[in-house]
Amino acid sequence: MSAMESHAAPYVEAQQAQARELPGAGVAALDRSRSEALEILGERGLPSQRDEDWKYTSIKPITRSRFSPAVSGVDCSEDFIAGSAIENLDAWQLVFADGFHLPHRSKTNGLPEGVQVAGLAEALTRDPGPIVDRLGSAVGKMPHGFAAMNSAFVGDGALVEVAPGVQLEKPIELLFVSGCSGEGFLSLPRNLVILGEGSQCSIIERHISFGAERSLSNSLTEIILDKNATLNYCCAQDQAERTFHVGGLFARLAHSAKLKATTVTVGKAWVRNDARVDLDAEGAHANLDGAYLAFGRCHVDNHTHISHNAPECTSRECYKGVLGDRGHAVFHGRIVVQPNAQKTDSEQSNQNLLLSADAQIDTKPQLEIYADDVKCAHGATVGQMDEAALFYLVSRGVDRETARRMLTQAFAAEILETVTPPALQSYLASHVSGRLSPAVPPGAAA
Amino acid sequence: MLKISDLKVTIDGKAILNGLSLDVGPGEVHAIMGPNGSGKSTLANVIAGRDGYEVTSGSVSFMGNDLLSMAPEDRAREGVFLAFQYPVEIPGVANIALLKEGLNAARRHRGEPELDALDFLKLVREKLKLVEMKEEFLSRSVNEGFSGGEKKRNEIFQMAVLEPSLAVLDETDSGLDIDALKTVAGGVNALRSEDRSIILVTHYQRLLDYIVPDKVHVLAQGKIVRSGDKRLALDLEERGYGWIDTAADAATA
Repeated sequence: MSAMESHAAPYVEAQQAQARELPGAGVAALDRSRSEALEILGERGLPSQRDEDWKYTSIKPITRSRFSPAVSGVDCSEDFIAGSAIENLDAWQLVFADGFHLPHRSKTNGLPEGVQVAGLAEALTRDPGPIVDRLGSAVGKMPHGFAAMNSAFVGDGALVEVAPGVQLEKPIELLFVSGCSGEGFLSLPRNLVILGEGSQCSIIERHISFGAERSLSNSLTEIILDKNATLNYCCAQDQAERTFHVGGLFARLAHSAKLKATTVTVGKAWVRNDARVDLDAEGAHANLDGAYLAFGRCHVDNHTHISHNAPECTSRECYKGVLGDRGHAVFHGRIVVQPNAQKTDSEQSNQNLLLSADAQIDTKPQLEIYADDVKCAHGATVGQMDEAALFYLVSRGVDRETARRMLTQAFAAEILETVTPPALQSYLASHVSGRLSPAVPPGAAA
Repeated sequence: MLKISDLKVTIDGKAILNGLSLDVGPGEVHAIMGPNGSGKSTLANVIAGRDGYEVTSGSVSFMGNDLLSMAPEDRAREGVFLAFQYPVEIPGVANIALLKEGLNAARRHRGEPELDALDFLKLVREKLKLVEMKEEFLSRSVNEGFSGGEKKRNEIFQMAVLEPSLAVLDETDSGLDIDALKTVAGGVNALRSEDRSIILVTHYQRLLDYIVPDKVHVLAQGKIVRSGDKRLALDLEERGYGWIDTAADAATA
């Protein structure tokens, strides 16, 4: 037995112990998909740096001690939730404590007809049929052991389903608080977002930590967009130092569907994100963007994979990172253009700003093109503070520290400025600013 | 206002300024002319405090203070302004954000209260008119995507907002068509006052048709080889810089 398998073993055992109590247990298709995922977890184990996709990310900080799956019944105080709210955000909201939906903390009043925003466990218990068919369909082939783990335990999380033609005028916020159960717990939220033909909505998936407790959050979101559906999605990751976050975003787009997905990592947690977008039919368009900060000893890894599976689809991808201290970031972006995906139009870029000599970025943009009539561009840059720009600001009387912060924020702003609604954008901008100068409020340095 | 004595400056060990002296009184406009490579831009950058220049001897006194010992941001707050020859583009930093930060830094430095958003906006709107710039320039990123003329106008606009005591305009005329040149010159002239000195660094006489200097200096091989009034500029226009180099060689020998 390899070391990898032994790391996975406690989780395999834990799943087996609770399989019969998982929501929807007994539904044949669900039981089957859970046990298949469990098998993959057992066989492949948790990833190691020998896997090409995990070459620059060691999971040793996670496997140092095992995490116990959190159990339902955990709560999170009203005060804490109110205290961490996004200012001026008018949204429907589902709140989750260690992956479990808290109906008494959620706000779903006044949702229009044809829109379902609910806990996944509740939906699986009530009427599993329509959900089970679609669970896992955006993930496809299991990318790694963490995704298999999430799928083996699949239970609670968010279910958002928007009926054809419905346009939501307010965003939906899914707030995940980890560490509510205490020290050493694992949360496994699974979210399923289904937009019917021509429907539109905005979703915010936000991850925060309850306190300083060591916790592992293994979260997976599936997005299924039908013809002409438009989804504006933002994943905001703002967790504490001892939180470990493995995030998955898997999306499938039908004819002329549009997805804008932005992942913003501003916390102090150890983070690994996998995003995969399948453009399955003509005219589908994806904007896959990200902004990440890695300061202190933070580790932030973004793996993205956009697959052009049909002709005349477009994709735009831009990830920007700011690294300081001994921060380490990884970007691996794959764009695959399948043989029939003629007239593909795709652009990808990864730009990094290194503020210290000890910060490290491993970046790998990658194009795989199997069609011949395509327009694809990609590139990566790693740079330092622009001294000419810095002098320009300083020569206008701005002190050096403020000038540095202005330029660093400006670098990230290219991504943040595309984020809507404005309340979320302000929230993210102020968190970025706070991370860049924890001790000096704007304008105070004279 | 500004007194430069026997200034010697090197870049990477190479002598650029070789004992330059210059005295600019309050309210005076001085033009510094000279061929390429004579040290004009070096002088402008040394006054503003840019890195990469080593002052090996001499002194620069600004309103009685030792300018060379001051950090560039402090020079700006004390009233030194450099209009750059090549203003950099700074994507993501709005023009108005830079100006607000710069102006309020100077106000704090002088012990004055910061301007609030409303008063500040009122001030900048008024100054925009001076250089015929539209209000949309305020929210645009600093110089990003600006034409050559817009960049130079933006420099003069910033000068108008920051109201320096000493403004050094480094080749502000370069790359401008005649209409833009007139606009920029009009802005500068409007900012002339008895307590504001201006140094125009330029290669061509053309700018001086629109901003008439009190004194003209010719810089060659790192020192001022001739000073005079505006007629000196016309002489240069007529005779070129060739004779100046000969004169400088003679002076050095």
